[in-house]
Amino acid sequence: MALLEVKDLKVRVEEREILHGLSLTVNEGEVHAIMGPNGSGKSTLSHVIAGKPGYEVTDGQILFKGEDLLEMDPEERAAKGVFLAFQYPVEIPGVATMTFLRTALNAQRKARGESEYSTPDFLKKVREVSKSLNIPQDMLKRGVNVGFSGGEKKRNEVLQMALFEPALCILDEMDSGLDIDALRIAADGVNALRTPKRAMVVITHYQRLLNYIIPDFVHVMSRGRVVKSGDKQLALELEESGYAQFEEAA
Amino acid sequence: MPAVQETVERVKRIDVDQYRYGFETLIDSEKAPKGLSEEIVKFISQKKNDPAWMLQWRLEAYRRWLTMTEPTWARVEYPKIDFQDIYYYAAPKPKKAVSSLDEIDPEILKTYEKLGIPLREVAMLEGIEPKVGEEDPARRKIAVDAVFDSVSVATTFKAELKKAGVIFMPISEAIREHPELVQKYLGSVVPTSDNFYATLNSAVFSDGSFVYVPPGVRCPMELSTYFRINERNTGQFERTLIIADKGSYVSYLEGCTAPQRDENQLHAAVVELVALDDAEIKYSTVQNWYPGNSEGKGGIYNFVTKRGDCRGAHSKISWTQVETGSAITWKYPSCILRGDNSRGEFYSIAISNGFQQVDSGTKMIHLGKNTSSRIISKGIAAGKSQNTYRGLVTAHRKATGARNFTACDSLLIGDKCGAHTVPYIEAKNSSATFEHEATTSKISEDVLFYCIQRGLSQEEAVGLVVNGFVKDVLQQLPMEFAVEAQKLISISLEGSVG
Ligand SMILES: Nc1ncnc2c1ncn2[C@@H]1O[C@H](COP(=O)(O)OP(=O)(O)O)[C@@H](O)[C@H]1O
Ligand SMILES: [Mg+2]
Repeated sequence: MALLEVKDLKVRVEEREILHGLSLTVNEGEVHAIMGPNGSGKSTLSHVIAGKPGYEVTDGQILFKGEDLLEMDPEERAAKGVFLAFQYPVEIPGVATMTFLRTALNAQRKARGESEYSTPDFLKKVREVSKSLNIPQDMLKRGVNVGFSGGEKKRNEVLQMALFEPALCILDEMDSGLDIDALRIAADGVNALRTPKRAMVVITHYQRLLNYIIPDFVHVMSRGRVVKSGDKQLALELEESGYAQFEEAA
Repeated sequence: MPAVQETVERVKRIDVDQYRYGFETLIDSEKAPKGLSEEIVKFISQKKNDPAWMLQWRLEAYRRWLTMTEPTWARVEYPKIDFQDIYYYAAPKPKKAVSSLDEIDPEILKTYEKLGIPLREVAMLEGIEPKVGEEDPARRKIAVDAVFDSVSVATTFKAELKKAGVIFMPISEAIREHPELVQKYLGSVVPTSDNFYATLNSAVFSDGSFVYVPPGVRCPMELSTYFRINERNTGQFERTLIIADKGSYVSYLEGCTAPQRDENQLHAAVVELVALDDAEIKYSTVQNWYPGNSEGKGGIYNFVTKRGDCRGAHSKISWTQVETGSAITWKYPSCILRGDNSRGEFYSIAISNGFQQVDSGTKMIHLGKNTSSRIISKGIAAGKSQNTYRGLVTAHRKATGARNFTACDSLLIGDKCGAHTVPYIEAKNSSATFEHEATTSKISEDVLFYCIQRGLSQEEAVGLVVNGFVKDVLQQLPMEFAVEAQKLISISLEGSVG
């Protein structure tokens, strides 16, 4: 059974159809890259999988571990292992990052019927992960993403990914706004999380990120559809020839 | 449906079952007949064993009250109150002098236990979680005075306070035991003629707390009062008087709850604070009176006059309030900055939900030289509620070098509620520097979704975001109460999104 199965998905936003019958199958342990020009519907797909309100699914289905994902509340999807690293992580003033991490982790564990982490266990875990991501402890005392640089925000997303141990990670434009060094740290963090079980969907406009996170499969999206799929070679071809050929095909 | 809209949908229904303090205690009580007259004032006075001067004081206030009309300038709406349809006095029966907790009706003790208020002299607040990475807070003692309807039923830690020279007792006792102090200070900050509700309170107040901290003494523990309205159709009119003599310090906390009732109940309290030279008073309130049901029926009318007088040089008074309850709140804890270099502070969190109406704020009256004040107000409006900050900052001609900083932030949850900011600023001398900042924002859909994507429910997300929004003020509360208040904030918003 596939981990994630998106079948003929049609999605509307404010009466306008954005995804026109999109299909995608992701198995455990696979890394899929989704590439495509701006406005092709990449973020829309990630939002619908995560359950963001405001999208109307008019046709098709999404199965996660064989279960109907669209029937679940977004927090339920999170607890079941769907993680979305946002392109623009929000700021939450007054809520210390540490408090946020703990609240979220315990909410997920509670939803799964697991016991909450004890304070020492939790702290140990956070210290380990934040160290490997080069996140200083005082950053964890600050409000969630408040005053964080672009790189720090993205590392904070990876930190959460490492803590929550999701089955499926969707990374939306993780490279946007990052310089090469920041990108490398974040990508290393992501690579460290690759396991034979965990799957990743890496959304990106540019091929650059895929030099650091090497995908098993590459899909090209255009105007709300997957128009071509292949292996990592496809990303390199795109780098050379651009998206224009697909714009016409769509 | 966008998250905010979903919140709005849910907000439409404030769930009364969420009000956890809405139970009634079945005890016998002794009431005065309904309504108000000189006879009733005399009845109350007699019940309290007032000395003659106190009765006179009450009667003067009553006669004055007859000539007054209710204030109408606040942004609140409610049907006219029939002041003859209220009981002005109710006491748990049998009424006798209580000298130890063992003599208190066990039903009342149980009530306070249910409320989580420790009357037993192990008065440690429970349920305190250490923050991540911190040690358990040093468990501190808290002396508690509990007022049940009109009567103070227990004051804990009396002996220990006495050793420090601190007087902490029901005001009705203080009137008899320390008449010189009471006569000197009662009504000296809020005169009997001050306003309709304060004057009414002066005539009929039945109990409340009295605190006197002698010169140079730092009160060895937090002092605390819990008010509970239990009786039907009963008004609660407590009176609190706190005097911090020269160079002393006291921190005082007040909490309030009431059962769920269909009728509205009146709560018209008066609190007076006096800080002499170099003294400091920190007064914190967690107000959680019953707010009314989903249709806006019932709930407490919280019409309260609170004022502090920084009478001495270098004195300081700080008000911190967390207001989550009541159908209507009309309340402006204020500071008169009379002493040179004195300082006033007002930190407020006011949450309104359902049909609640809040008109609250502060007055900072700068009279002395180099006086300073600081106002931090956080208003959160949800449901169909209206939340108004009303503030006045004035500098007298002689108040040279007066300084004020005001920041009012409002957060809206949904689009059926309203937040309003009404600041009045008046400087009668050119050396005053007053700064005012105000923001109004809607709770962000993206922020909520971010939290929910990380596993929080909609309610938890709202609670978290709101607690972040009010953090600056929560930090002003003593630790134990900050934790309580944080929970209370989440609970009061639970109704808004569940
Ligand atoms: N909330 C929205 N309201 C209206 N249009 C939207 C909304 N979100 C996305 N769209 C439209 O959907 C299309 C796809 O957007 P998006 O999924 O963000 O693309 P990508 O992430 O590939 O750049 C765009 O044309 C965009 O304008
Ligand atoms: Mg996008």
